[in-house]
Amino acid sequence: MCAPVALKKHIKEKMDINQYKIEKEPFYKQLSNEVELYQAAYNAKLPMMVKGPTGCGKSRFVEYMAWKLGKPIISVSCNEDITASDLVGRYLLDSNGTRWVDGPLTMAARYGAICYLDEIVEARQDTMVVIHSLTDHRRELSLDKKGELIKAHPDFQLVISYNPGYQSLMKDLKQSTKQRFCGLDFDYANAEDEASIVKTEGKIDIEVANKLVKIGHTARALKGHGLDEGISTRLMVYAAQLINQGIAPIDACKMALVRPITDDADIRETLDNAIELIFG
Amino acid sequence: MTPELLEKYQQRFKCKFPQAIEAFAENLGKAMDIMPEQQVYQYLDGANFLCSIGQGVEPVLVFLEEMPIIIVTLGVDSIKSITKYGYQLARSPNKAALIPFLKSLRLISEHIKNTENLKLYFTVIDEFIDKTQTVIHGHNSLYESSGLVPLLENMSKLLAKLDLTGVSNFVDYGARNYHDAPDQQIEYFSLASHDAKSIINRERKGTTFKQIEHKLIMAKDCLWECDLPITHFSTDLDQIRIPQPYLDDEVIAVPDVYEDENSVSGLNRYRTMLSHLMSHNKWSSNLMADNYAPQMQLMVSVFEDSRVDVLAMRLYPGLRKYYLALHPYPQKGACDGIKVSTLRYRAARLSRALIDPEFDPEDDLMQEMRKEFNGLLSSGKPSSTQEMSKLGTKYFIRSRQDSDSLPTMFFDNTEVSYRDDNRCFWYHYEEYDEADEIVPNEYQNDEKIVDSADSLPPRFYDEWDYISQSYRPDWTTVYERLHPSGEANKIDQLMSKHGELAKRLKTMIEILKPQNKKRIRFQEEGEELDLDIALRSLIDFKSGQIPDLRINYSTTTDSRNIAVMLLVDSSESLNNINPETGQSLLELSQEALAITAWTIDKLGDKFAIAGFSSDTRSEVRYQHIKGYSENYGNEVKARIAKMQAGYSTRMGAAMRHAAHYLQSQTAEKKLMLVLTDGEPADIDAKDPKTLIKDTKKTVEELQAKGIYSYCITLDKNADSYVEDIFGSHFTVIDHVDRLPEQLPKVFLELTQ
Repeated sequence: MCAPVALKKHIKEKMDINQYKIEKEPFYKQLSNEVELYQAAYNAKLPMMVKGPTGCGKSRFVEYMAWKLGKPIISVSCNEDITASDLVGRYLLDSNGTRWVDGPLTMAARYGAICYLDEIVEARQDTMVVIHSLTDHRRELSLDKKGELIKAHPDFQLVISYNPGYQSLMKDLKQSTKQRFCGLDFDYANAEDEASIVKTEGKIDIEVANKLVKIGHTARALKGHGLDEGISTRLMVYAAQLINQGIAPIDACKMALVRPITDDADIRETLDNAIELIFG
Repeated sequence: MTPELLEKYQQRFKCKFPQAIEAFAENLGKAMDIMPEQQVYQYLDGANFLCSIGQGVEPVLVFLEEMPIIIVTLGVDSIKSITKYGYQLARSPNKAALIPFLKSLRLISEHIKNTENLKLYFTVIDEFIDKTQTVIHGHNSLYESSGLVPLLENMSKLLAKLDLTGVSNFVDYGARNYHDAPDQQIEYFSLASHDAKSIINRERKGTTFKQIEHKLIMAKDCLWECDLPITHFSTDLDQIRIPQPYLDDEVIAVPDVYEDENSVSGLNRYRTMLSHLMSHNKWSSNLMADNYAPQMQLMVSVFEDSRVDVLAMRLYPGLRKYYLALHPYPQKGACDGIKVSTLRYRAARLSRALIDPEFDPEDDLMQEMRKEFNGLLSSGKPSSTQEMSKLGTKYFIRSRQDSDSLPTMFFDNTEVSYRDDNRCFWYHYEEYDEADEIVPNEYQNDEKIVDSADSLPPRFYDEWDYISQSYRPDWTTVYERLHPSGEANKIDQLMSKHGELAKRLKTMIEILKPQNKKRIRFQEEGEELDLDIALRSLIDFKSGQIPDLRINYSTTTDSRNIAVMLLVDSSESLNNINPETGQSLLELSQEALAITAWTIDKLGDKFAIAGFSSDTRSEVRYQHIKGYSENYGNEVKARIAKMQAGYSTRMGAAMRHAAHYLQSQTAEKKLMLVLTDGEPADIDAKDPKTLIKDTKKTVEELQAKGIYSYCITLDKNADSYVEDIFGSHFTVIDHVDRLPEQLPKVFLELTQ
């Protein structure tokens, strides 16, 4: 019941890995040399870890890289209900008895895809141990129930993302897991780049985009003073899309930028005021 | 005036004191201008009456002088009630108040406006007298109310700030709290004491700083990214000069209250004023004031103020409507440039012209300056303070008028209420700017001076007075400082000394370490069928193996979302030495604190540590040891290592201050652990119950805010009071030397 969508779609005999390929170029604005770094890591088949606050473009980057490298990508959004067999695969019942179905991780390893485990800290620590053998020199996955040992396809790569903002002692990766990855740090782009991202992604003019970014920055200054996370680029794009729908900018911002991130009346009022000041 | 009429009046006026006759002659004309004949008789009768009550001539003189003006606002009926009330005063022990009473009436009448209110006003005074004069044997009152004269003398100031209900509350508070302290009563009613100011503030209309402090700080953080603390100054009672907000290197100072102005709410006025100050902070650079004549400084300031306002509006266009609403709009020709100096008037019009493109200055020179100003700021340029100083000087020289040096200055409608006094960019050459040998002052008394260096601006907290069952507003002053640092490795040594204990605690911690939401799987009976396991069992069953029957699961929420405040009493008594071990309580507290901090840190809970002591209500010391965002590292350890004991234990104020930090934490559970060695006490609280009751009240307040308070006390005799304060939330530690072991255990048990 908690199997990822990716897995449910593929309960069939023949496997077509190419459907996981990304056809159209996703919009991604390169901010530094992260594309080259990633490419190098992929060429060396090193597992990657992308870190950064929520909504800053981690998933988009991985998607973009998959497109650029021309490789299929299988994404799994982790949650605390994910078990090892959700990743590896399991036997299912059918009219003839039982049948083995690969999980996303197995599928990626078998057919040569990028397996992207999003928000990995959400998964329980014991679950994550299954990736260990795939992420060191062995590059193999043992399906002990099935009695099979899969040698990873040469194109296979494991990518995980995680948000250090959540990091508490309770929700952190084990050292033994952490130390199998190369890492890339992501953060919100600088104001100018962020505005151009919001502009392209939200299809609005640059002036409005600049204002949205300015609002985002005001909220990020409150992080730690009652806000757990600032306003993400993703939310700014939402606001832009609402403005595109003909909503007045001030209402759109309140709806997309403020209401989702806080329940605190004082913070809400302060941010509402900032929006009014910025939009005039 | 006909001679017959004059004679009639003279006959009617019976008072024979020579000064009274003189005053009669002086004031009659004034009275006749205002009143018809019949009322003049009433006026004279009033004077006759006051003449006859045996208080000499002075009441008559004051009456003759003031009454005509009072009648204009209050009507002729007021004569009777005023003389009657005067008579009542004269017959009471408060006869000394008669003259101040009469003298104050004129200013008061401007505020109270009708006879209805006059009656109310008398009731307020009556109640005050009732409460304050000393009554012996039920009816003979022998001693006067010492606060009455100062109260009457200051009544008009009070009425300028408060309505009659407010005044009544103010009077009531003073009467209740200073009943037996005549000197303090006088100080209070002279509006000189701190309490008087706080009460006035509480009763005032408008938005107070306290109400919006949090919002203002957030606005500062998020819109202007500035670290300076905000403090407030008192604006009441200062009638001669209204203090302006200011900004310097250390603090942002704002008024304590703002009333709505021009339909801009108090909160928005605060925000607008803050924006202006912050724009200075962001864009202004320094100018040497001594290089400019004062009048030149005024004009330079206008350009600089307008420049930062324009830049701020560019950044936050929404500010425009507030700036324009709050900026005066001096009408053309409002001021006659021959008889009075028009400097301020010109400055205000110029300033309006610079920030409001729609304003037409109707003055060629101003138009020209505006053009030049806009040129400097065109196409996104920020210009600079230096350029503004040139513009200001230029404008001053070209617009100079002969009348500028006149002593009378035109002030109406020239005050820009949201602007500061600009001390942030004017600096002065001062003698002590140069290095000088500092000679220590032998006579300096270094006690009792509250050293406010490197402390945050003081914060005031109410205190509960159990006798009157009300709060004493802003009664305690809390100074928060960073705790001095010592050697961090002292704490590490302490920890290694308690290695065994640490090991035991570690196992407890491991057990407590939570997984956010826990699913208990492999249950034979549970809330729901665990499909994964069920399928596996079925597969096992079909493939001929023994299936696992534990196919259900249930869930428990096992979250650990706690914010903790460790508040440590560091009063003098901690220096007591335990005769058995030779260790002082302070050292034990340090050990206990170090181990507990270590434990909490290992558990990953958010926590802060602070020490407190007090030296009377005007100096409660709150020492910051660890904040929520700090790591438990060497810096914090060094502060714990340096802990010192001194002064008294004003627990309520410290808890309230600590709570204001704890409150802003986002956590499901908030716990305040108070470690103390004795009851709440201070040298200025003579009744030992006062502070105990206040602390109890604090605990209730915290409860209402969702903060759970728990006390760990080292006082073996604590049973008598600690239950009173903390209910059942306390632990008494009998074997003091076991504190280092007990404290973390108490914590772990509490948070299990």
